[in-house]
Amino acid sequence: MDNMARLSSSQCTKVFLQRDFTEGTGVRFQNKFPQELEGKIDRAILERTINTVNSIYLEAESLSGRTYCESCFACMTAYIAYLCMDTHYEKCLKKVARYIEEQNKTVFVQQGLMLVDPAERGLRVFEICILTEQQNR
Amino acid sequence: MMARQTGIFYLTCTLIIVTSGLFFGFDCVYLAQHVTPAIPAIGGALFIFVMATLFRTSFSDPGVIPRASLDEAAELERQMEVPNAGSPGTYRPPPRTKEVVIKGQVVKLKYCFTCKLFRPPRASHCSLCDNCVDRFDHHCPWVGNCVGKRNYRYFYLFILSLSVHCIYIFACVLTNLILRAQQDNFLTAMKESPASVIEAIVCFFSVWSIVGLAGFHSYLVASELTTNEDIKGSFTARRGADSFNPYSKGSIFKNCSQVLCGPVPPSLLDRRGYVVPDSSQAHHTGNMGTNTAPDLPPPAVVTTADEMLPAGENVKKREMISYQTPDGTINNKLPPLNGTSSPPTCGGRKNHIWDMTLNQLNYMGRSNNHAAIHGTNPGSVYPQPYRHSDYLSGTSVLPAVKGNKSTMSRGCSTDF
Repeated sequence: MDNMARLSSSQCTKVFLQRDFTEGTGVRFQNKFPQELEGKIDRAILERTINTVNSIYLEAESLSGRTYCESCFACMTAYIAYLCMDTHYEKCLKKVARYIEEQNKTVFVQQGLMLVDPAERGLRVFEICILTEQQNR
Repeated sequence: MMARQTGIFYLTCTLIIVTSGLFFGFDCVYLAQHVTPAIPAIGGALFIFVMATLFRTSFSDPGVIPRASLDEAAELERQMEVPNAGSPGTYRPPPRTKEVVIKGQVVKLKYCFTCKLFRPPRASHCSLCDNCVDRFDHHCPWVGNCVGKRNYRYFYLFILSLSVHCIYIFACVLTNLILRAQQDNFLTAMKESPASVIEAIVCFFSVWSIVGLAGFHSYLVASELTTNEDIKGSFTARRGADSFNPYSKGSIFKNCSQVLCGPVPPSLLDRRGYVVPDSSQAHHTGNMGTNTAPDLPPPAVVTTADEMLPAGENVKKREMISYQTPDGTINNKLPPLNGTSSPPTCGGRKNHIWDMTLNQLNYMGRSNNHAAIHGTNPGSVYPQPYRHSDYLSGTSVLPAVKGNKSTMSRGCSTDF
């Protein structure tokens, strides 16, 4: 896959926020502010972004009445329904992707940073690229 | 279908299909006439459900955690070696476990050498499939796949429906033989329909193991445990007086609904990934990419470091830098210069995620026109970013707009 998400570490410094497992196995990222980003971006902004992303994942993984009905309905249609529609989880992942793109456009790229959607990293880490001067022209 | 050895899966399919086939072909004919035609109907429905859940279990991704990219792996290695730097003389192996407290219970996370990541809780590495699987239950050779977070409910429904199907066929076969034996004796009945005898034998021997397995998994579902945890005794009272299962929701009903009807994350594997040939070919295209000067928005490829190095060293560096995509393919190709060229396999629903970051960097070139493009939209769904203009060195940030479309990738199905 050749695309900008594959910036190697010779082209930019990468900071990784690991998963936070204190609440269980649900997808959640640590909110501690990495040292490498001191001075580059306001702590509160990054925390707010991470918190929003975490809240969307929490919503995706919650067992609400809607998820329950969706699962039962899919089971009754012998899971053919999954061919036609996105699950609630997939919709939430798309929401995260849109949010991150929007945040990159409006806030982060101007500060010389780029957030990478965790879904592109297998939901293992939240990657933040510190773009070098050339890229930030 | 992750297993290398698929022979047992074919055996499973053959056993089920042949036994059911004999049932429909021989017993059903007699029973439909003499008892009720509902018998083949119910049998048919059960058979379809069993096969559907079997295929669903075998062919769906169990929840494989993609291998870490090279950068992540390097970062983890760096973090793990730092504590050892200050201990001269004493050899202490680098820590390969991390401890995490989940709802009061201490859980150890192990480092996976193959996948180069710290396994999330409940994940385990399957040596047969050579992958880390989330909420790893077990590797089932009968099904030819691992059973993990994403396909556990299909597996459970499979063994449940198979046990019902088994018992159903056994009961019908016995009914058939008894009805025939009423006219004659039992031996003649068996001679008249030998297929029933075969079915009876197969069902009799399978029913014990399958019903037993179904019962065992019902217990696991009710207590929110995996086979792996149960076998290891991770959360039993033996380990310690205050050892409890932190994942359990408390009640049987809640556990069952969580496991069987809970949300299913989509597969994290990129099955349509394009495998790039090895580095000797790739670096040529890479060189071309860095040397030509684009007149479109600047690519994120060229850095000062690269420019200062002589061309020969640059080539070597590019060869060394190979990114490993989540599905394990090695990619040496550099990103394209202009944002509009897309990966060869663009168009797949999963691929639009890759394209989006492409567009984010394209947007850098247009960031000067940022203020001119944006407008306000009260219907915006997402939280509004800050408006502090001093924060962004003079340029005021206008709120994110729902209707503002940048170049969206072709494969992207999202609508702002």
